[in-house]
Amino acid sequence: MSILIDKSAKVLVQGITGRQGGFHAKLMMEYGADVVGGVTPGKGGEWFEGKPVFDTVRTAVQTTNADVSLVTVPARFAADAIMEAADAGIRLVICLTEHIPVADMMRVVAFCRARGARLLGPNCPGVMTPGQAKVGIIPAMVATAGNVGVVSKSGTLTYEVGFAMKNAGIGISTIVGIGGDPVIGTTFVEVLEMFENDPETEKIALLGEIGGSAEIVAADFIKNAMTKPVAAFIAGRSAPPGKRMGHAGAIVDGGEGSAEEKIQALEAAGARVAANPEEIPGLLA
Amino acid sequence: MKLHEYQSKFLFREYGIPIPQGRVAGAADEVQEIAAELGGVVVIKAQVHVGGRGKAGGVKVAKDAAEARRHAENILGMDIKGLRVEKVLVDPGADIRQEIYLAITNDRGARMPLIMASMEGGMDIEELNRERPEAIIREHVDPIMGLQDYQMTFIASAMGMPRAQWRSFGKILRGLYQCYVKSDAELAEINPLVITGDGELLAVDGKVIIDDNALFRQPALTAERDTSDEPESERQAREAGITYIKLDGQIGCMVNGAGLAMTTMDMTKLYGDADGIGPANFLDIGGGATPEQVAAALRIILSDDNVKCVLFNIFGGITRCDEVANGILTAYNEVKPDVPMVIRLQGTNAAEGNRIISEAQLPNIISAETLTEAAKRAVAAVKEGA
Repeated sequence: MSILIDKSAKVLVQGITGRQGGFHAKLMMEYGADVVGGVTPGKGGEWFEGKPVFDTVRTAVQTTNADVSLVTVPARFAADAIMEAADAGIRLVICLTEHIPVADMMRVVAFCRARGARLLGPNCPGVMTPGQAKVGIIPAMVATAGNVGVVSKSGTLTYEVGFAMKNAGIGISTIVGIGGDPVIGTTFVEVLEMFENDPETEKIALLGEIGGSAEIVAADFIKNAMTKPVAAFIAGRSAPPGKRMGHAGAIVDGGEGSAEEKIQALEAAGARVAANPEEIPGLLA
Repeated sequence: MKLHEYQSKFLFREYGIPIPQGRVAGAADEVQEIAAELGGVVVIKAQVHVGGRGKAGGVKVAKDAAEARRHAENILGMDIKGLRVEKVLVDPGADIRQEIYLAITNDRGARMPLIMASMEGGMDIEELNRERPEAIIREHVDPIMGLQDYQMTFIASAMGMPRAQWRSFGKILRGLYQCYVKSDAELAEINPLVITGDGELLAVDGKVIIDDNALFRQPALTAERDTSDEPESERQAREAGITYIKLDGQIGCMVNGAGLAMTTMDMTKLYGDADGIGPANFLDIGGGATPEQVAAALRIILSDDNVKCVLFNIFGGITRCDEVANGILTAYNEVKPDVPMVIRLQGTNAAEGNRIISEAQLPNIISAETLTEAAKRAVAAVKEGA
């Protein structure tokens, strides 16, 4: 088992004829993901690497029975693309796109909830279940199959930690990038709950950063509802307050969201917090 | 993007929110004219993007136009927390019976707009939230349905708004919600909203922050951007599509991805703090950085004289290490840095990237395998150079 995706996921790529979408669709197929087709409005009827391209997600789902969709379209069109997927009955929508306005995302999250679709992201690297499938841009080389679940706000930091775990001989059940934006579809707590219930996952690594209070809420959940051990790292200890650090979410204002308060909350919840992400494998051993 | 007080209030006026009939000026003569026209008591308010203007002497009350001029001479050009005052707002003095707080913001946890309202306005909301959180009424708005009438009644009633003002308060709340939605605001705040001696409501001070990601559909607001408080290096970075923030340390960091960029900063501090060494900047070159962007980033990092070493930490995913390596060579030949550079390339095409760097045989290059090693070597390089 694993969470969110495995070999059986039938994957659509929205924006498959774009540069990024096409590049990553190929890598996903090489990895073993079952990419059943793509969607680009106006390019229905074309083919991409032997897979059909559709004008709409609805026709793509009717033809291919896809249940997962990867959104790679530019920010101006991404909110609409996510809603289109949710409306077509897609179970899991994964959005890589960054710079989507927050107001759009608040409406989109409410819409996905009403349609019963799970949204991951936006501005996230996607999901990878090592040895089975990946949907998104996580490089294949950063993980081998195993029993540690990884959940993270940040893409490249996740690669860093996955790679350090691999070098230490520690495998991963599923890597989930939830994204660093202020408003996201799936939170730390929801992923922690999935890992807690996944028999293949024995331990969890949580990678957070400054800004917002998602890690504090996660710490509460770890304390009250989890039996599996958690190792964590919080990026941004050296960041000055009031400055936005790239990720729209990574800003410390007033008392909310500093690295210190997140580290304290996680430690109080029994998580082992690393000062250096390359120490995470040691905390999981 | 932050709007100034006057920009925020003029925006509110477009949504039917009553504001004082003031005007903006950049010179003392103008201030005197405006004060004379308004007649009576006026308030001169510095327009800068920082809190605590009043305490810094940036807000003054004047009885007449002559006094207004004297205050304006002091305030214009004044330095408030490192920012120079270029403009002042001249507002007629208000007869204040009660100060109210009213704001709408994005609640990222709830993933919905949040209205906050309190009869204890005027003070800093964070301070009020710490001391008397029960004095703030909070109400979420369904982002699809929008603000409903019953919610306005609830807020007015729960906060203790006098019944005589319910109707005008409801109009202001609806106007503020419209303003927040149509402007793609992250925050639309009136503090204070006052009840005057005549029982009228008036937005005396305001603050609006626009979501940068929505500026593409807000041309009118984008045109109001005031970049005078943005450091030159940050402006150059913004125009090159790079996120750069200057800090106080000695190690210039060039990293792909915001989370990893913060982590790299943290590592230089973790291993350097004991010797007073830390990060000189936050810099995210983004995914799929081109050689040109790498070169631009290096120039920006080196424009900071405090930088004694540059640390490249690239974990290739979308970004290809061979392209970054070529970018480093281009930048090196152009910029000719005289500080050591620690280069750590990992992930997509890392072997090729490392080969390009080592074959170029540049002086003063230190390579590293892991992030820890890279951070320690950068700290050591700064110590050696000191």
